[in-house]
Amino acid sequence: MNVLVFLIPVSLILGGIGAAAFIWTLKTDQYDDPAGDAARILLDEDGPDAGPIEDSKEN
Amino acid sequence: MTTAVCPACSTSSLAVSQAEDAQANVFLSLPEIHCAGCIGKVERALNGLDGVRNARVNLSLKRVAIATDLPVATLVETLEKAGYEAHPLDSKLLDTGADPQGRALLFRLGLSGFAMMNVMLLSVSVWSGAEAVTRDMFHLISAAIALPVVLIAGQPFFHNAWSALKVRTLNMDVPISLAILLAAGMSLFETLNGGEHAYFDAALSLTFFLLIGRYLDHRSRSAARSAASELSALEVRTATRMRGEATEIVDVTDLAIGDEVLIPTGVRVPADGELLSGQARTDRSFLTGESDAVHLQRGEAVQAGEVNLGQPFRIRATAVGEDTTLRRVAALVETAEGARNRYTALADRAARVYAPTVHLLALAAFVAWLAATGDVRHAINIAIAVLIITCPCALGLAVPAVSTAAIGKLYDLGFLVKSGTALERLAEVDTVVFDKTGTLTLPGFDLTVSDLDPDQRAVARALAQSSSHPASRALTEALSGVAPATVTDIEEVSGHGVVGRWNGKTVRLGHGTWLGASFRGLGLGIGDAATEIVQSEKLRPGAPEAIGELKAMGYDVILMSGDRTAAVEEVAARLSIPDLHAGVSAEEKHAILGRLAEAGHKVAMVGDGLNDAASLAAAHASIAPSSALDATRNAADIVVLRETFADIPKTFRTARAATHLSRQNFGIATVYNMIAVPVALAGFATPLIAALSMSSSSITVLLNALRVRWVK
Repeated sequence: MNVLVFLIPVSLILGGIGAAAFIWTLKTDQYDDPAGDAARILLDEDGPDAGPIEDSKEN
Repeated sequence: MTTAVCPACSTSSLAVSQAEDAQANVFLSLPEIHCAGCIGKVERALNGLDGVRNARVNLSLKRVAIATDLPVATLVETLEKAGYEAHPLDSKLLDTGADPQGRALLFRLGLSGFAMMNVMLLSVSVWSGAEAVTRDMFHLISAAIALPVVLIAGQPFFHNAWSALKVRTLNMDVPISLAILLAAGMSLFETLNGGEHAYFDAALSLTFFLLIGRYLDHRSRSAARSAASELSALEVRTATRMRGEATEIVDVTDLAIGDEVLIPTGVRVPADGELLSGQARTDRSFLTGESDAVHLQRGEAVQAGEVNLGQPFRIRATAVGEDTTLRRVAALVETAEGARNRYTALADRAARVYAPTVHLLALAAFVAWLAATGDVRHAINIAIAVLIITCPCALGLAVPAVSTAAIGKLYDLGFLVKSGTALERLAEVDTVVFDKTGTLTLPGFDLTVSDLDPDQRAVARALAQSSSHPASRALTEALSGVAPATVTDIEEVSGHGVVGRWNGKTVRLGHGTWLGASFRGLGLGIGDAATEIVQSEKLRPGAPEAIGELKAMGYDVILMSGDRTAAVEEVAARLSIPDLHAGVSAEEKHAILGRLAEAGHKVAMVGDGLNDAASLAAAHASIAPSSALDATRNAADIVVLRETFADIPKTFRTARAATHLSRQNFGIATVYNMIAVPVALAGFATPLIAALSMSSSSITVLLNALRVRWVK
């Protein structure tokens, strides 16, 4: 049973990391466009077609 | 100027995209986008333009944010060339910021989810036989996690319950709050006294599942709200004011009485006024339903909302802003009591029966066990177990899960559903009333060109393309595949038509009377021979199919219009609608709906004009096209974002399926309760049974709700 002394804090810390990661995603607006973000991984951003997007990305 | 380090960095970095979003000054609504390819094409097309600093599509909102100095018209044109319908949105009216309420709910949902999982793990050890000190330790750790989380995450329920109790009523949140707080409080007491049963996991999973329902509900309501603000934003509220001979673009709210305003072709008049130009042709169908243009002479009154169909004209404003006839009528409509205010949602009806029943049941359990055993602690434990088991997890999810799925599905099809109850009401409908002008028909003409021989077509094309008259433009469109003949000396004869010379003959396109023919409509004259080109009103795409399908589904379809009987009959015949009312005013429309309702019919009204707005509000459910005035759209439950009506029958089918699934979900939840409640009343409910029945009923209900997506 002594193993619990380690395991319980470990599981609580892991859970805490999960919760912290969730709060981070929330703070960085990652839920504003779920449909778009899901679709964007299919876009070939480095392809030749995408050239103009990158060229105009200057502020 | 800074350049991103690598191409991928600039798009994937959130910090960059946020900074760019902040600069976006033009927002366009893109009702048709639906996939990754669309995002790519739209962004490529816009970013390929000189002068566009950045364009980013939000697929969830079907919107693109653009940082640019280019005029909006250029952007819209670019997107139309790329194959996408685009509507400018007024960024001032648009709610572009994040949604703090939704974020707070999501935070609570996530927090309770994590806490629930951890406590559930600890509980598994207890259920598998931890005893004495070990069990107490697990309980104490659970308490340390659960208590703060319950207090933070449960706040939306406590708030609502408190405001209901303050006015001495019961709502769904009262039993929820009681169950959560009592479960946590009783578990703490048991833990401190070395008791066997602690319900921390139940308190947390209750909070978690109910927050899912709350969040879904919030999502669909805030989507409707942002959609409504988007629709108001669709009308860019600017006017062209004359400063001597120079023009300036000003906000409509800055117009003052006495200002001279220029109204370009195709634009809505921004204020009531009197005509300064010699003459004007306007479309007043939003008020009267008449499809024919109105001819005005100098000095005559023009009303805000009319659309200029002819040459640009000037007016002197006599009433602006809230004082215009349009706004006054719209305000009347907005204050009129709508059907939705009288309707009680399915979930509320369930809650009215549910909340008192649960409390009585728990109280009865407490009294009975106290009388039977005399053990107060045991009796309280059982009463609380009853409260936890009956807690409306599944009930709280049953309707929001279905309506969110249904509204999401309809949004993908281009329908904006403005409230969850709209679907419930639409499902009860048995009669569909359509307005004609602007709803089933669109501005413009369908021209029958099949009667013309190839030479006539070529000549007609040549004459038509040199004129900007609406009939000519429609003819050019109808003959777009025809090569124009070589017609010389083309001249526009004002008020009559176009004349030119072809193969040594005089050719004319214009009124039949001008051509010396017996018909009065549009005709083509070659030499002395005149051929009529039959004009009919342009039907909205998808309208014939939609009406056919609705009739096949068993709905009574009625056509109701303020237009002339002949025009209405013609359209009714083309769409094979047997039942029609022509020449009816706004009041008469309202009265007809009243008579239908008295006869026991539940009516869905589909209309676009201001003369329809009162009827839309009075009908059991209502649909408006996005081209409608904003007062009309506000009165409607569902707005059709795309031009076509082809998918309208699908909204009816989805609404029926959604209501059916909601009822089915209530049924499932009741069955779970019927099994679990006797167990709890008999005193056999353990935290394990509570956890099982709660999770399984909630998950079943959620999965069942997703079936609405399969409706064809």
